[in-house]
Amino acid sequence: MGSIGISAVRKEAKDKVAGRLKYLNDYNSPDLLYGALKTSTFAHGRIKSIDISEALKMPGVRAVLTGKDLPYRFGIYLGDKPPLAIEKVRYYGEPVAAVVADSQREADEAVEAIKVEYEALEVINSPTEALADSAVLIHENMDEYPHIDAIRPEPGSNIANRTKIRKGNIKEGFEKSHVIVEETFSFPPSDHVAMETRAAVAEILGDGRIVIHSTTQAPFVVKNLMGAYFGVDPGKVTVIAHAIGGGYGGKAGMQLEGLVYLLSKAVGGKKVKLVNTREQDMITSPGHIGLEAKARIGASKEGELMAAELLFMFDSGAYADYAVNISRAAAIGCTGPYRVPNVWCDSLCVYTNHPFATAYRGFGHIELAFVIERTMDILADKLNMDSMELRMKNAICKGDTTPTQSLLDSNTGDLKACIKRTAEMIGWQEGSRVVTEDGKIRAKGFGCLWKAPAMPTNTDAGAIITFNEDGSINVHCGVVEIGQGIKTGFAQIAAEKFGIDVEQVHVIMDVNTSISPHDWATAASRGLMMGGRAILSACEDAISQIKHTASQVLRCPEEDLHVWGGRVFIKEEEHIGLLVKDVALGYVYPDGNAIGGQVIGRGKYISRRLTGIDPDTGKGNPALEWTLGAQAVELELDPTDCSYRIIKAACTMDVGKLINPAMARGQIAGGMAMALSFARQEGFEFNDRGHVINRDLRSYKTLRIGDAPEYLVDYVETPQGDGPYGARGLGEQGVIGIPGALANALSRALGVPFNHLPLTPESLWKKRRDNR
Amino acid sequence: MKSYKDYTQLILKINGQIRKVIVSPNDTLLHVLREKLGLTGAKPGCENGDCGACTVLMDGKPVKSCIILAVEAEGHEITTIEGLKDTPIQRAFVEESAFQCGYCTPGFIMNCHAMLNTIPDADYDTIKEWLSSNICRCTGYEEIKKAVKKAQKIAGGL
Repeated sequence: MGSIGISAVRKEAKDKVAGRLKYLNDYNSPDLLYGALKTSTFAHGRIKSIDISEALKMPGVRAVLTGKDLPYRFGIYLGDKPPLAIEKVRYYGEPVAAVVADSQREADEAVEAIKVEYEALEVINSPTEALADSAVLIHENMDEYPHIDAIRPEPGSNIANRTKIRKGNIKEGFEKSHVIVEETFSFPPSDHVAMETRAAVAEILGDGRIVIHSTTQAPFVVKNLMGAYFGVDPGKVTVIAHAIGGGYGGKAGMQLEGLVYLLSKAVGGKKVKLVNTREQDMITSPGHIGLEAKARIGASKEGELMAAELLFMFDSGAYADYAVNISRAAAIGCTGPYRVPNVWCDSLCVYTNHPFATAYRGFGHIELAFVIERTMDILADKLNMDSMELRMKNAICKGDTTPTQSLLDSNTGDLKACIKRTAEMIGWQEGSRVVTEDGKIRAKGFGCLWKAPAMPTNTDAGAIITFNEDGSINVHCGVVEIGQGIKTGFAQIAAEKFGIDVEQVHVIMDVNTSISPHDWATAASRGLMMGGRAILSACEDAISQIKHTASQVLRCPEEDLHVWGGRVFIKEEEHIGLLVKDVALGYVYPDGNAIGGQVIGRGKYISRRLTGIDPDTGKGNPALEWTLGAQAVELELDPTDCSYRIIKAACTMDVGKLINPAMARGQIAGGMAMALSFARQEGFEFNDRGHVINRDLRSYKTLRIGDAPEYLVDYVETPQGDGPYGARGLGEQGVIGIPGALANALSRALGVPFNHLPLTPESLWKKRRDNR
Repeated sequence: MKSYKDYTQLILKINGQIRKVIVSPNDTLLHVLREKLGLTGAKPGCENGDCGACTVLMDGKPVKSCIILAVEAEGHEITTIEGLKDTPIQRAFVEESAFQCGYCTPGFIMNCHAMLNTIPDADYDTIKEWLSSNICRCTGYEEIKKAVKKAQKIAGGL
């Protein structure tokens, strides 16, 4: 039986249901010291004074630090963030001081004894406010910040990045359009709400080596940034990532690691642990980006898209972090998966006094898709066309070009087939708005998706394969297990290559940057494709080594041998062969002579032929692959109070090749649930002073079991020619089209356009009232 | 009513074993389980009683150990995920892929286990009511619902 396309059980399943799998915060030892943070009570304010004298006298306290002690600036793309605020605070919840103490309780109590005085500054509560001519500058010294070339900050403003797309001739495009729609959209910043809050432990060894354990999706990025921020040789930094309790992008980049290293340094290199409280995880650490957007789209009488003019104003919050690259990714994919010959897009990353943003599942695409998918429905209404048909008509396919003028090759998925299948599953032809006998409204909405990884052009992956005495295999790859099941997927890929059972493939769960082969990061839905390619390459390397040793014993050419099912044998004479276990650690002749030595399979992959984009036009080839899909939502709404129940959420995705159906379905249905939760009921609420009101899980309500719809998931398999067994990424994509689909269904249900998230019953009721 | 002032010795009955532990009166049960007894299966998720990741059983009933004081647990039978061995709900969670990152899983399993012991034939409305106290952020809850149904079948000998 093959190992691809089967729902192999997760390698760590038994440990997870027994509560035995250890997450970072489950490791404790008596030599640990504990960190705690004092955070800002102002969203924008000058720090007048910080009094740490009482805190220093508290029992168990080893060190108290403020921004003045730490003259550093962090930022993965743009170095704008001090580890502890210096001179001013820029968001509510920003760390202003830190304590290290013998116990968590002592650290927490000492934090309470720190007294900070602020002078209030004008608070900027939205991108629009931030872009006003009269707006105060959140970063006065932006021109001093280092940044990578791909990011274009505009000093003297609140714009941390502007990415431009200029394709075709936008003026002509609108002149040729018979119908033009124009709309504005928005949603507030929100949070990932991974159930495990972020944590990190750091220590500095006697020879200066730094060891960091972290809840990180990107241990190699942390290692590299530690070097860049602190002038430490990356080789002297070891970052260890254990299994992670949910990431969704929020644990990529640098999180607590830099600060906890500085805390350790302040206490002579002793081991210090820093764990976010839930409230800190929501607002002090970065969350999901907010957006204000304007879309203007033109089409011919027949509904052919002619022009798209898009302005994205992302709410980065107080610091740039990943947000500058999210705004760039949104520009690269700005039109959604539709053929548009003339495109103008400015995608801005704008500083505000909100909690700052980092990567979030969908990375620019869930955000742009909300804008595009709503606009498509508004356009369909104006054209008096079925909205699904409008999507079908304009669905992007092989031979078309993307907004960056990159040609879609034969690896492009079949979006039309996805739309067709999703329409079938949701029962689109049976009507998208029906009033039931008891006066409720059943409505459906459509939304398509596409996503390409937003990553450096030299993104890579590596794999090492070794063997055990029983012939079983150890697979070692630097992609982090964050719940997506990647380690099991890798085991399946290796098992398939060797023709052995998945049970005979062991995986190394933790990633250690000093031991594991280099891997860019567990982000961008590229783990399966790139890590998978590296594993295939390692398998091939191991197989050639096995053949080399076996050819000497069997006295035949290497190329006549085949490795399969635990044996290496002559292809045409299968009975002539050896067991892999007798070769993989060196073959021993009956007289005791040994040859060959152990087999160590080495594999690698680096992204192919990627480029940056032109700063004035966006022209370039930044996308490794595009995953395409179509989604739909059906809901039942009570028009008396606008309460509603989501009945079904459907998705058909062109995944290239299904490696593990149960886990693929889990990713896609889980993504849909996350997006429904986001679009329906999540989002930070701010008061006029920029305080986040709903910063705990009692007031910030995520989807619970009773709210979950029925999920309909299906696949199209157009092979990704360069993917492992034809597979492409699917981890994030399930979220992308859902906010648009939900808003479309609600807009159809009530005949009122809903262009602002979250879509709570209260917000629907108010909008309907205002529209009357 | 018994009063506790400073660090005090408690005798707790956990997973059928007697465990002696020195606690501060304001230590939560979650803290004592994890930091003093090494029972790290119960997870801190919010430490505010909102997410259910810390769920354990007290005399068979699910409680959120982050909002129970350790001193309140004295005299009660505490069961943590470490006290369950190959139960129908654990097997069903594996078979139905009812978790991804696994962080909420011990809390969900404890709550499901208590529910199935209390109401073996729990219908969907009951399941919804009981399990609404736990948050899973990875799955869409579909597999968890299936796992409960499967555990009911396993326990029923089907």
